[in-house]
Amino acid sequence: MASNEEILAGLAEIVNEETGLAPEAVELDKSFTDDLDIDSISMMTIVVNAEEKFGVRIPDEEVKNLKTVGDAVNFISGAQE
Amino acid sequence: MARKVVITGLGATTPIGGDVPTMWRNALKGVSGAHTLTDDWVAKYELPVTFAARVSNPASEVLTRVEAKRLDPSSQFAVIAAREAWADSGISEVDHDRFAVAFATGIGGVWTLLDAWDTLREKGPRRVLPMTVPMLMPNGAAAAVSLDLGARAGAHTPVSACASGTEAMHQGLDLIRSGKADVVMVGGAEAAIHPLPMAAFASMQALSRRNDDPEHASRPYDIDRDGFVMGEGAGALVLEAEEHALARGARIYGELAGTSVTADAYHITAPDPEGLGATRALKAALFDARAQGTDVVHVNAHATSTPVGDKPEYTALKAALGDHVDNVAVSATKSQTGHLLGASGAVEAVMTVLAVHERKAPVTINLENQDPEIPLDVVTSARELPAGDIVALSNSFGFGGHNAVIVVRSY
Repeated sequence: MASNEEILAGLAEIVNEETGLAPEAVELDKSFTDDLDIDSISMMTIVVNAEEKFGVRIPDEEVKNLKTVGDAVNFISGAQE
Repeated sequence: MARKVVITGLGATTPIGGDVPTMWRNALKGVSGAHTLTDDWVAKYELPVTFAARVSNPASEVLTRVEAKRLDPSSQFAVIAAREAWADSGISEVDHDRFAVAFATGIGGVWTLLDAWDTLREKGPRRVLPMTVPMLMPNGAAAAVSLDLGARAGAHTPVSACASGTEAMHQGLDLIRSGKADVVMVGGAEAAIHPLPMAAFASMQALSRRNDDPEHASRPYDIDRDGFVMGEGAGALVLEAEEHALARGARIYGELAGTSVTADAYHITAPDPEGLGATRALKAALFDARAQGTDVVHVNAHATSTPVGDKPEYTALKAALGDHVDNVAVSATKSQTGHLLGASGAVEAVMTVLAVHERKAPVTINLENQDPEIPLDVVTSARELPAGDIVALSNSFGFGGHNAVIVVRSY
């Protein structure tokens, strides 16, 4: 079970890998689209990589609700339980 | 009077140089880009051919990590070559709506397609990445170049196997002559040194089996030639309407004076032994350029080093140029680069333009015993080309019976 801090760090790593954004820029209150400029294709890549990294399933219909990094951390954290 | 089209920028990433200056220096010296492959998959699949000509500068050393992971290797090569050509042209401002792309490939995103197939079988559909489609599509390279440089007058992808790169030149010329664009980034890219294409080309007996001596495997016109050497990379050229280039005071390498594309309608892979389709292409390209056969001083030949392919090209040259063929300096640069398939025509166009501009014909290596049935004047050490107005040709032929010829005139 990863802590929320570990999930955030892991997500930041995945976002960096996909987009080149500095991991420090990936903060809980940042919007994937408005702040981090992540398009839908990159978002799906990030989701698939996060599923593998954290051993969770993020249903496609759930992805549109993950507006901020914090939303994603909370969803992954909940899905782990 | 049709608009004149000139060449103002050159780019390349090839097995004998990661940029144009390096490639050209080596092309005049005569080096081999072919080496034994060290990849695990060569032994794993027991490939009958264990060598190829990889690009000398891996794309990962040129592009950023994020750029590279969103592009198939073929598109990576395309972007590298196109950026070099664009910078070389010195264009600082362009009307993006009058700027087009014609970037060819023979095979397209084969690495992406087959990697995704492996992922599907091993990990399931969820792990097949969403970038798979734009990376594997054959127009991926043209689209990537268009996006990278902001070319909005259409991004085209001529696909005619090993004639593709030359057909891109043909298309670029048409786009400018017809008034649809003022500037066109033309080129070709290929990245097919993957076990499946290697196995498939080997299966049709097209590849050299000289596994113990890769550097001497690509030997066009030599009596002991036994097939081509798989290469990879990209070539790119900036074509520009003459008045557009003059208005900005551009350095002009030469004129793309004429092109032609024909089809054999003879056999899906075998060249017409009489070279009729190739002869028609040569004659039509010269006519298109308003040039005489006797104007031609240099040919960058298709010459892949296959037993069956090299001779019909000679037959066609003889038919198109007559006895003047004896006065023409012929270079078979695939002896150095290997065969870059859909990129070969573009890389060879770059070399042909430089040959005309610098008055030097590049070297054919590995010609030890010239096939007596192909009595061409083959350039085996760098040779000066004559002063004055000169014309050079570059030929490409592809599976499917495709023949493409360009005519480059000194400017």
